[in-house]
Amino acid sequence: MNAMAPLSLSATDLMLAALLLVINGIASLALGLQVHRPLAIAALRMAAQLLLVGLLLRWILEYRLAWMTALAVVLMIAAAAREVAARPRQSLRGWSGLGISTAVVSAASLLTVALALATAIRPQPWYDPRYAIPLMGIVLGSVLNSASIALDAFLTGASAARNVIDTRLALGATRHTALRPQLMAAIRSGLLPVINQMSAAGIITLPGIMTGQVLAGMDALEAAKYQIFLMFILAGASGLAAYGCAALAAWRITDGRHRLRLDRLRT
Amino acid sequence: MTTSPVPAAPFDPADLTDPTPPPRLQVEGLCSAVVAPVGFCLGAGTCLAISGPSGAGKTRLLRLIADLDEGQGTVLLDGVPRDSYPAPQWRTRVVYQSAESAWWLPNVIQHVEPALRDQAVMLASRLALGADRLAADITQLSTGERQRAALVRSLLMRPAVLMLDEPSSALDADNVERMEEVLLEQMRGGLSLLLVTHSREQQARIAHGCVTVNKRGGT
Repeated sequence: MNAMAPLSLSATDLMLAALLLVINGIASLALGLQVHRPLAIAALRMAAQLLLVGLLLRWILEYRLAWMTALAVVLMIAAAAREVAARPRQSLRGWSGLGISTAVVSAASLLTVALALATAIRPQPWYDPRYAIPLMGIVLGSVLNSASIALDAFLTGASAARNVIDTRLALGATRHTALRPQLMAAIRSGLLPVINQMSAAGIITLPGIMTGQVLAGMDALEAAKYQIFLMFILAGASGLAAYGCAALAAWRITDGRHRLRLDRLRT
Repeated sequence: MTTSPVPAAPFDPADLTDPTPPPRLQVEGLCSAVVAPVGFCLGAGTCLAISGPSGAGKTRLLRLIADLDEGQGTVLLDGVPRDSYPAPQWRTRVVYQSAESAWWLPNVIQHVEPALRDQAVMLASRLALGADRLAADITQLSTGERQRAALVRSLLMRPAVLMLDEPSSALDADNVERMEEVLLEQMRGGLSLLLVTHSREQQARIAHGCVTVNKRGGT
């Protein structure tokens, strides 16, 4: 097994790759697609964000302090929770949307990352930022997708089915029974990305972590095992996030007397 | 011959209570942000019509009684406060049927418990709704057929109080007559009815009284 040194990219390498984006921009202008501006903004934003994170991570990894790792994790969770609350087309009034997303994102990501750190990875110390932060990052990406899709699907579905839910409640159904179809549909929607990701892994796509590890010199089979492990963690986190978001939203848009409270949605 | 005095019966506190049974449904000061306070009593086997101009809150009042909307005030069923019932149980005793009842399964008959399906077919036939219509796709039913089917679904729950919101708005004269016949028969069996209708003739035919609803802050 040959352990290779990681490839170092120069600014010229990055500029060459950016040329592809420029081609996209020119095509957008030529065809009147109107996407050149958002494409440029997104690319600049992505580059700035990643470089900033790279610098920050370099600093955190150098010191390996528990409080620094914790602070980074908290900031990552807060950003993901904000994104989950902001994405749905229908959102909850007041702080409840952010409250639900914070609770779900924290629980789903911390539980699964803790499980991964405590079982398969077991770094020394356990909070070693070299493992904890990248793992949290990849789990949060999946949780963010599942939670926001599930929340959006649930709130949109419940609003659209208002008359059906109301009729079922009027005929004596509990809120759990009346909202079950919307809840199930939302959880299914929230799990679809990770199901697709797992189905396509290795055949249609080579997942990011595996690719990164192979590029960094790891044996391909070992990299595949890491990827499988990660996919299981991601599936678990996504399931928790989708279920948590939909269930808490269902609790929020009803009350203790089993009434549908769509007045708690922002119009 | 002398008769010995009849020994006095032991004291029973129940003797001091009013022997008159409580009304089937009693509403006191029920109101919301939209509906001005309303109070009335509805006896067993009787019907009250709910009247008021459009937008006054007639539907809101029925929803408040069914506890589907939040409000203030007291509602009692046979003297028992609404809050002492779990809400789903309350709504099986005091059933609210909206003007446009919804359906979530492919046909009407699937909304009825298997044990009650024969009864549903019999009841529906009295409303000129054949078994084939109960088994037909919901989207194939006319508005009037869906209204009659919704009445069948509500009556099969055997509620103590049925609250109907414009139940005959899409029915022709013959079907209105059939529906009223069924309702009057159910009332003779003890069903109490709250009826929102814009038809004064229907009020006169079925209702024993009328409750006027006013919009809160309205004139």
